[in-house]
Amino acid sequence: MKILSIDHISLSFGGLNVLSDVSFDVNQGEIFAIIGPNGAGKTSILNIISGFYRPEKGKVFFNGNDLTHMPADKRAALGMGRTFQNIALYHGMSVLDNIKLGAHYHLKTGLMSALWYWGAAHREEMELRKKIEEDIIDFLEIESIRNHPVSALAYGLQKRVELARALAMRPKVLLMDEPVAGMNAEETEDMARFILDIKEEYDTTIVLIEHDMKMIMDISDRVLVLNFGQALTHGTPKEVQKHPDVIEAYLGKKKAKTNRTAII
Amino acid sequence: MHIGDFKETYASDQAVFINATSRFWLGILFALLILFPFVAGDYLLFMANLAGITIIGAVGLNILTGFAGLISLGHAAFIGVGGYTAAILSTRFDLPFLLCLPLSGLMAAFFGIIVGGPSLRLKGLYLCIATLAAQLILEFIFVHWESMTGGIRGMNISPPDIFGYVLDNDFKFYFVTLIMVILCVTFARNLFRTRVGRAFIAIRDRDISAELMGINLLRYKTYAFALSSFLAGISGCLWVNFLKTITPEHFPLLESVRYLAMIIVGGMGSILGSILGAIFMTIVPEVISTILGFLVNIFPTAMSFLFPLQQVIFGLLIVIFLVFEPHGLAEIWRRIKNYFHLWPFEH
Repeated sequence: MKILSIDHISLSFGGLNVLSDVSFDVNQGEIFAIIGPNGAGKTSILNIISGFYRPEKGKVFFNGNDLTHMPADKRAALGMGRTFQNIALYHGMSVLDNIKLGAHYHLKTGLMSALWYWGAAHREEMELRKKIEEDIIDFLEIESIRNHPVSALAYGLQKRVELARALAMRPKVLLMDEPVAGMNAEETEDMARFILDIKEEYDTTIVLIEHDMKMIMDISDRVLVLNFGQALTHGTPKEVQKHPDVIEAYLGKKKAKTNRTAII
Repeated sequence: MHIGDFKETYASDQAVFINATSRFWLGILFALLILFPFVAGDYLLFMANLAGITIIGAVGLNILTGFAGLISLGHAAFIGVGGYTAAILSTRFDLPFLLCLPLSGLMAAFFGIIVGGPSLRLKGLYLCIATLAAQLILEFIFVHWESMTGGIRGMNISPPDIFGYVLDNDFKFYFVTLIMVILCVTFARNLFRTRVGRAFIAIRDRDISAELMGINLLRYKTYAFALSSFLAGISGCLWVNFLKTITPEHFPLLESVRYLAMIIVGGMGSILGSILGAIFMTIVPEVISTILGFLVNIFPTAMSFLFPLQQVIFGLLIVIFLVFEPHGLAEIWRRIKNYFHLWPFEH
């Protein structure tokens, strides 16, 4: 069953075609990876899905709803979570507050009850804290840093806090932009394990951009290959690895003739 | 003696005053604040009232600029709107003080929302210029709408009363100021324990990712402007009822800059910082001039050069503070508190 479908999307900045006529579907509960050389338009696709860019042509459907003209903040309510390539945490806040922020849309406190605080707002904050502690902080093993300021954390931990914040949104679809970029082997393995666990335990669909081919081929169910804003192919990791266009895009034309199997 | 913090519930972990020691000192502070007017002289009472009124204004500006990251050069004008609203309502419509207070806040909030409108598109220095325009326009209105504001001569009002009890001296007014400061500070602090306050900080730190987290930027920026100018309006209403006079000269651009300096010196994004900054900017110039006055008595000939020195010393103090502690007085206070946290048995 498809949860997200991208229907003939085109996007250009000035005269530069970033995406031309890209279409694909993401099925409920799968890990869907988007790969491609730098500048292929991967992040632009995520930005269109999460509402930061408007496509010039084409539509985005989520659970059957047409999202194309919906403002970004409304999409969070439908269950769309996101992590960013260049970590976009709130540096003035602690880890805990950053994670709480992810739950913003699920909370009800309005301006007046926030000013008063005692009563409804307090109850809601306590429930939120309990939920975050039990479901997210425990799950991602970040108990020891929960009260640290985010800016003082190591890079790998910041990525993990960002994932925690996205989980607090309780997303149906989680968009992850290069979750393991810049991480060492051990941190990458941890992150890959978390991604698989999120898929299993929360039944969350994951759309992921990554350059780490080993991880992509290990964990993803299906892969879409982009090059110069066009979808080259999509399929299971095995199929994609063997596809001649993909080999050409990654290794160049000449090698493609002689060496069809080794792209990784 | 305080030997450590051990929490058993999430509620106690998220309390503002996290342990018995800090609650004890808070109690002492309240007791001192209540005893203060009984021992202080006229001059100290006057300064305390002024500091309290300034604190409310500074908390307002810090919510907007320090927490939500929307820089404003029009804060003094919003205080002016509150002040004029209170003066006009009490002289022309004979409304009681207790009704003027919220109405002045609401009127200032209304102007704040209008000025805040462009903030969805404008950021940083551009917003700064937009609010500067608001400051100048409002100042112009204060001066030139003579039939309503009394023009350059301003207005005088009679002492306020609460259910017939006339607040005709600084001693009586002190308790009104104290209660209002406590209410405003408490509500402001509460705000930042909930999702609304967190949304403000998120908008300041990363507005794009804040939007993708489901925060409606327009709504929360409007909240920030409305709240900030509501507090400015309350501050203005207290101000005019305390001094019983109002003229356009009281709310110039320089006053807006002074409020910005207050929250920078005190600590951006800290309620405590607004309080400390407001007190610093109100009291320290007086302290300096007292010391200089004392020196003039000893060296009468140095008068002409000691007097301008007042501004120079004050400016230098601000610069020195900012160089050594860019996060303001609130951060200095936090460090002192941490040092004494488990004192004398640190380890």
